[in-house]
Amino acid sequence: MTILASIDLQTLGDAFGQGAIYALMAVGIGLVFGVLRLVNFAYGQLIMAGAYTLAYTSGWPVAASIVSCFAVVVALSLAMDRLVFRPLRSSSPAVMLVTTFAIAFLLQAVALIIDLRDGQLGQVASSIAPLNQAVSVGGVDVRKVTFVAVGVAVGALITLALVLTRTTIGLHTRAAASDFRTARLLGVRANRVIAFAVVVSGLLAGAVAVLLTVQNPFVQPDFALEDTIIVLVGVVVGGIDRLWTATLGGFAIGFVSVIVNAALPTDKTVFLPSVVYALVIVVLLLRPAGLFAWGRRAAVERV
Amino acid sequence: MRRPPGAVTELLGPALLVILVGVVGTTASASNEGYFLNALVSVAIVVAIYVFVGISGVLSFGQISFVALGAFAAGVMTVPVESKKGVLTSIFPLLRDHSIGNVPSLLLAAALGGVFAFLVGLPLMRLSGLAAGIATFAVLEITHNVLREWTKIGPGATTLALVPETTGALQATLGALVAITVAFLYQRSRRGRLLRASREDPAVARSVGVNIHLERLLAFTVSGALAGFAGGLYVHLLGSITTEQVYLELTFLTLAMLVVGGLTSLWGAVVGALAVSGLDSFLSRAESGVHVVFTFTLPQGTRLVFLAAIMALVLILRPSGLTGGRELRLRWSLRRWR
Repeated sequence: MTILASIDLQTLGDAFGQGAIYALMAVGIGLVFGVLRLVNFAYGQLIMAGAYTLAYTSGWPVAASIVSCFAVVVALSLAMDRLVFRPLRSSSPAVMLVTTFAIAFLLQAVALIIDLRDGQLGQVASSIAPLNQAVSVGGVDVRKVTFVAVGVAVGALITLALVLTRTTIGLHTRAAASDFRTARLLGVRANRVIAFAVVVSGLLAGAVAVLLTVQNPFVQPDFALEDTIIVLVGVVVGGIDRLWTATLGGFAIGFVSVIVNAALPTDKTVFLPSVVYALVIVVLLLRPAGLFAWGRRAAVERV
Repeated sequence: MRRPPGAVTELLGPALLVILVGVVGTTASASNEGYFLNALVSVAIVVAIYVFVGISGVLSFGQISFVALGAFAAGVMTVPVESKKGVLTSIFPLLRDHSIGNVPSLLLAAALGGVFAFLVGLPLMRLSGLAAGIATFAVLEITHNVLREWTKIGPGATTLALVPETTGALQATLGALVAITVAFLYQRSRRGRLLRASREDPAVARSVGVNIHLERLLAFTVSGALAGFAGGLYVHLLGSITTEQVYLELTFLTLAMLVVGGLTSLWGAVVGALAVSGLDSFLSRAESGVHVVFTFTLPQGTRLVFLAAIMALVLILRPSGLTGGRELRLRWSLRRWR
């Protein structure tokens, strides 16, 4: 049990924090996938835009800075839907995915140009850094942001669950996610449902931007890119067809990454990606429809 | 059986286009020639990806792993023995004490790419859809991670330098032609058609006895061998390479080339690769001022903005790609336009 011995409370705390943030991102990606059948690779660039907003508004009161972060991210998310996703609604999944690559690179290139105006790469979001301090709980140092991350994730997920199950728009969204065409026939308004999903997904990206910027206040154009890729992998591993399995997948990959990192011998941690992705392959081979997609078989797709 | 129309243009169209680019490349100035060679190597890579992704309809983000393996195998094995001891200090003695020539290194790259693809494909080809995309992406991540960190087989995170720059206009053109010919022969063969049938309708293909797993595995292996070969061409073009150059950015760029050209045809793969690399070259020239009718200069750093924006526009306005995903067929198109 030498592997488990190296996993202490500290690691568990970090693992929950990481898992919580990835779960939030997974919800944002999964919601849009549910209604649009579109894997949004550019999701990370929404978070990046939010992080830059925080960095450039460092001089403002923290609340104003965070509000403007949310405003920018939601506006960008809506613009993305209107200008890119809507014309692509009837395209094949490959075309949609590659178009979001292009949008991701576009936003990153724009961020680079804006960033480089002052002659140096990267901006520091200094105003919200204090959240990153550690507090001691029972002899374990836990960063305050970990609590915030877990709290925000739990709060956001409960709120979203209530909205999805208790309101009309939530019902419509779930109907659209399970069968868009039939839902429309029964009077669900496509554009309203999609706008709802896009706005919620944007709000979540804003929250993630704040959390990630607290952890790492140094904002660069590829901010959150790596996280997005990992979350996309986690979402598919968990089961992208349902929001809950997608969310669990996002949480699981964040959680497992931290645990594996702690369990590996120090000189072998450089091979962390290999171990995690080898696990991903094994899980996909055993459960192609998703790790948490119980009781449903992957049917042959028919038109 | 009557030969279906267009068999000639299906091969000759892409081949002539590539030869044209090669010939124009030799007449260009030394500083511009690199753009043409780069475009030709891109053609080889994109055609390799097309052989699997285009014909099978299964998305793969993993083909650049085979390019990476081919590039590093061909690179490590062609650095002259006398320089190796200084550059590649911690490498296996067997690799350190032997070097091979240009053409053997390309064959080695192709063989390794094919074998690696076969081994990876054996379990992975059972997957389809997003699961296949993510699993092949995992292969890319693992390949990159191992190449970057395992210094016994290569340079690790440092630059592999002193690779002979043998990919000139001739080798780049011939290399692209080899890739196109193999792809053409494969897609015209019985096996290629069976795979294409499984792309159009997996259930029906299975019902008439197509072993989809087997056909996909074959295409994946052919694609892996071509990708390894293209990686060999690439390293001999660059002369020095890092693992980052055959990783995410190249994956996205080459996939974008394929989709912009038209996912489902060889003609689309070639046109997409040439169009996007041509645009990229033009834009990077334009950042330092270019003369087209009148001289204009793009602000520094805007190249990527324009490249990404134009790619997104093409995909939004023409989702089936520049060629519509169809092969070049003169007779057919004349009839249609009449």
